[in-house]
Amino acid sequence: MLELGTFIVLSVVVLVSAVLVITRRNAVHSAIWLIVTLFAVSGIYLLQHAEFLFAVQIILYVGGIMVLFLFVVMLVDIDVALKQARFARQWHVALLTAVLLLAQVGYALYNHGQGLNLPARPMVNAPAHNTQAVGMALYQNYMLPVEIASVLLLVAMVGAVIMAKRKLE
Amino acid sequence: MIPTEYYIFLGSGLFTIGVIGVLTRRNVLIILMSIELILNAVNINLMALSQYFRSVDGQVFAIFVITDAAAEAAVGLGLIIALFRNKETVNADDIDLLKW
Repeated sequence: MLELGTFIVLSVVVLVSAVLVITRRNAVHSAIWLIVTLFAVSGIYLLQHAEFLFAVQIILYVGGIMVLFLFVVMLVDIDVALKQARFARQWHVALLTAVLLLAQVGYALYNHGQGLNLPARPMVNAPAHNTQAVGMALYQNYMLPVEIASVLLLVAMVGAVIMAKRKLE
Repeated sequence: MIPTEYYIFLGSGLFTIGVIGVLTRRNVLIILMSIELILNAVNINLMALSQYFRSVDGQVFAIFVITDAAAEAAVGLGLIIALFRNKETVNADDIDLLKW
């Protein structure tokens, strides 16, 4: 009961702050509401006993990516943007399309009132130590993807430096 | 024990909000933030289903998604800085160099 209550509170925080992210006029406010969303999502991870993902979410997303975002918002954002229209001209059509998408996904998932049609749960126990299990999976089964991800990060870093440079020689 | 459906519905709701943000906003920075919302919705689904099947594979993929989000944020923000330096705007409507 307590668990369900926590879930509902966290979901409401996630959805409301996500709506605030996309409706605020000032990009700094949007970034701060995005931080609230990310914290609430990390709470949902903790509720599902995914402790490693919870830590990664806070350290990487809130501590890394959002600081980068705020930095660039404050570098780039101009006062002119505060006076201009927030939404593009096509916003009616875009809203309708997105709501139709949600209705389709919801209908497909809801499956005539029977809920999700998931296959049966495997009869194994959940790994007792989440962080240990994730670490084992990362460095044994997913060794090659980890290496590829590290190369991807290196490429992204070099690309960002090249693009933000004043002039290409 | 919360049913897995609830997590999936939360994920679809967050995904839709992100899609609305990408399609309707004019500020490129907020479009990038909406992409972060979409990636978070994907992560919620991956995490919920990985706990349902009692395996950590979904969580490993969520970590890869977070890695991609970091790379995307770095490259995207570098692009925005280069764009702002050349065109003095962060408005998606004004970036129409390849349109004719």
